[in-house]
Amino acid sequence: MSYIAKPKVAHPNLPRNKLGLTARDYEGTVSTLCAGCGHDSVTAAIIQAVFQLNIEPHMLAKMSGIGCSSKTPAYFVSSSHGFNSVHGRMPSVTTGANAANRSLTYIGVSGDGDSLSIGAGQFVHAIRRNLNMCYIIENNGVYGLTKGQFSASADVGSKPKKGEPNEMEPIDPVSVALALGATYVARSFSGDREQLVPLIKGALTHKGFALVDVISPCVTFNDHEGSTKSYKHTRQFYHHVVDADFVPPAAEIKAAYEEGSAMPVELHDGSKIVLRKVDKAYDPTSRAAAFSYLRDRVNAGEIITGLLYIDGLRKEMHEVMGNTTTPLCQLPLDGLHPGAAELKKIISRYR
Amino acid sequence: MATINDVVVKIATVNGTGSASANGMLMKAIFRMGIPVVGKNYFPSNIQGLPTWYEVRVTGAGYQSRSDRVDLMVAMNAQTYARDLAEVSPGGYLLYDSTWPRQKELLSEDVTVLGVPLSRLCNERFEGARARILMKNVAYVGVVAALLDIDLDVITKLLEQTFAAKKHLVDSNMQAIRLGYDYAQQNFSCPLPNKVQAMNGTAGHIVIDGNTAAGLGCMYAGATVGAWYPITPSTSLMDAFRSFCSKYRVDPETGAKTFCIIQAEDELAAIGMVLGAAWNGARSFTPTSGPGISLMSEFIGFAYYAEVPAVVFDVQRTGPSTGMPTRTQQSDLMSCAYASHGDTKHVLLFPADPFECFEMSQSAFDFAERLQTPVFVMSDLDIGMNDWMVPDFEFDESKIPDRGKVLSADVLENMEKFYRYQDVDGDGIAARSLPGVHAKGSYFTRGSGHTRYGAYTEDSAAYQDVMDRLLVKWETARNILPAAEIEYSKFNKTGILTIGSGHGACREARDRLSAENINLNYCRVRAFPFSDAVREFIAQHEVVYVVEQNRDAQLRSMLLLDIDADPAKLVSLLHYNGMPINAGFVVTRIQEEVAKGRAA
Repeated sequence: MSYIAKPKVAHPNLPRNKLGLTARDYEGTVSTLCAGCGHDSVTAAIIQAVFQLNIEPHMLAKMSGIGCSSKTPAYFVSSSHGFNSVHGRMPSVTTGANAANRSLTYIGVSGDGDSLSIGAGQFVHAIRRNLNMCYIIENNGVYGLTKGQFSASADVGSKPKKGEPNEMEPIDPVSVALALGATYVARSFSGDREQLVPLIKGALTHKGFALVDVISPCVTFNDHEGSTKSYKHTRQFYHHVVDADFVPPAAEIKAAYEEGSAMPVELHDGSKIVLRKVDKAYDPTSRAAAFSYLRDRVNAGEIITGLLYIDGLRKEMHEVMGNTTTPLCQLPLDGLHPGAAELKKIISRYR
Repeated sequence: MATINDVVVKIATVNGTGSASANGMLMKAIFRMGIPVVGKNYFPSNIQGLPTWYEVRVTGAGYQSRSDRVDLMVAMNAQTYARDLAEVSPGGYLLYDSTWPRQKELLSEDVTVLGVPLSRLCNERFEGARARILMKNVAYVGVVAALLDIDLDVITKLLEQTFAAKKHLVDSNMQAIRLGYDYAQQNFSCPLPNKVQAMNGTAGHIVIDGNTAAGLGCMYAGATVGAWYPITPSTSLMDAFRSFCSKYRVDPETGAKTFCIIQAEDELAAIGMVLGAAWNGARSFTPTSGPGISLMSEFIGFAYYAEVPAVVFDVQRTGPSTGMPTRTQQSDLMSCAYASHGDTKHVLLFPADPFECFEMSQSAFDFAERLQTPVFVMSDLDIGMNDWMVPDFEFDESKIPDRGKVLSADVLENMEKFYRYQDVDGDGIAARSLPGVHAKGSYFTRGSGHTRYGAYTEDSAAYQDVMDRLLVKWETARNILPAAEIEYSKFNKTGILTIGSGHGACREARDRLSAENINLNYCRVRAFPFSDAVREFIAQHEVVYVVEQNRDAQLRSMLLLDIDADPAKLVSLLHYNGMPINAGFVVTRIQEEVAKGRAA
């Protein structure tokens, strides 16, 4: 069960981050997901990303809805606050939480059912507000906890374990996010930690709505021959377009990049994402190009991955609204009203 | 029979013609003469072109509910002449625009018809179609002023204040007033027998609607996050909050705002935002109406079980389903009290008027944070959207808001370990921590089964332990919520029990019935769960008339469920046609019951 804590036996030589914490300090309780579940790999990548970014655990808010994916916030950073809400409603809770306290880092973990069916409305509106959060979809094309029904992200022609292949067009979160103007759009694969960790770090640092859609196979219900969300299928058709290296503020870009393939993109806090373009013609700062490339490759049967689009400068929700930088929840109540004498003046207008 | 300061004027117009401001001016003028007045707007769910009515009840006695008669009908809508005429009480008057004479249609034996060629007068005096339509409204106010003997100086001052920045509008409006006023003076015997006369009955009072009062209260309560989805009749509550915050919550130098209003994609999202914000320690709220409550139900159950504060304003309208969106009712009582699946029950507050909307919109946050649970302020369209004369609002700066049991960083630092759902004090309320305050305060908020330590569970005993503690908290709520208003005499064996906007009608009905020697004790319930005083009130009487504005006696059912009241004693008086309840209804029904042999 998810309340089983992991024994804390830290090796004295484990690397420590700037806060003096080891990666073990960012772990959660023991996962209750099936052995081999892609989600557990995503959990491990999140732990690495948060550890490497030196985020104070209690300054991280873990948000989720309902489903296998939404259980995972219990499995990372036990010393963070978690909010496991109701099905498909993680975006609204995160919107309110962020409205009240903009100083926390928000990571939302959702699934394809949670975000593309029951929660499709909230997913698209969080994008519309450019809510400052990292939004991870652990995308496996099926409902696990209710035993294997197709989700809205199931590809045309994908075969279920039993029954007929899916014939409906999938809802692709990356296409949706691009269409709506999300400011950080990435896709990755749970089996590629090298690519995934920097993408999550970039998403956590990005100021605005950052989507990381992770193909995360369901070993129990959607990993068979004929499935298009299996480990085998994903590995076979998987295509890196742009990889991302996260460079913290004030750090130099040290890695050597092949001429013409590196493209640094500045983020709000001075940090950078260096995009390594496998396909040199690709321009991840052009929404139109990203969309057209994505559709072409989908038609060719490829699963393109990497940081597909980024706009590091658009205003996030608080900036659009012009809110004070102090978290609203920290404002003392007695400073939030004009007092008794002013009330007399206010009501005098109603005589 | 001639009366002073006891007259009812009803104005029939077409919506979208700008009559609302003219009607408001009429009401305000009477109020400024020191005479208590009631204004009720009966409007369609429509932007333009359908019939609408505004009723001004002049009540020197200071009653608050709508009247059950019409002394003067201002019939400005030819579409509704017939029904408007039929509604005038015997001996009453009907004023209409005689530019197009309708003597035959408006023939009535016991109603005096007064024709004023309002359109012709205004067309001669004013230019432009829009101005002519607007000024026609102002002109009928002039006629009514002459008929009732309203002080023209008061109207002049009112106009000067309203149009302080647009002097030319004062002149044109005053011209229109005079057109009507002079015509009436020259052609009718003014004033009518039922007239007004200045008195000193409005000192220390204002005229305001409940939604504005609640929006103001939310600002004074220090609410910082408001999430909502537009729905009649609650929309003006958020409009008011926005308007007050725009004035008082914006830094004059930097322009930075200390409030965040989010227009959500639907009510499901609105309540989710409220919970997220409250979880982080902000005072957050959402205004809605019945259909919104239906959509919010799943989250409300979550908040009950995970113990997250929330303030929900339900400005009730007529259901079921879409119902009649611009008519009033108290028909969401049970859907709010027991919102969501599983064993849930919620705290409700019942404001009776805008004064209590202002008060309860502040105390609701105290209760929500103290009890860590959703609190519903059960207003309705009648309270929320109509103008009420109520005592001046006051704000006690020395009163410290109750933020409930929230652990500070210092306290957490010195704790060995924090567990979220432990009842240390025995009142059923466990201390909470806020995200980002201290590493030791971290916990996992979930709607799934959990133990008193905050851990996930499927263990029967650990699950039941938390469910039972929530009942202890429920009893704590019962004891701290606003007390019922009770008027009791041991000589009376019969009582009236009501909530919210039923108050005005019941108060007036008791006066009228006592003139017939039918004396009734009174209990106005102000909160759910019901206090021991309510339980005792019912126990003390042989019969209690339960007055409420819904078909299914929801309040009565809740009395049976929550405090095990004796059903044989509770006689329902149900008013649910969508119009605000009036005293006449209560009087008639009780007379019927008394005639049937029920105690009084």
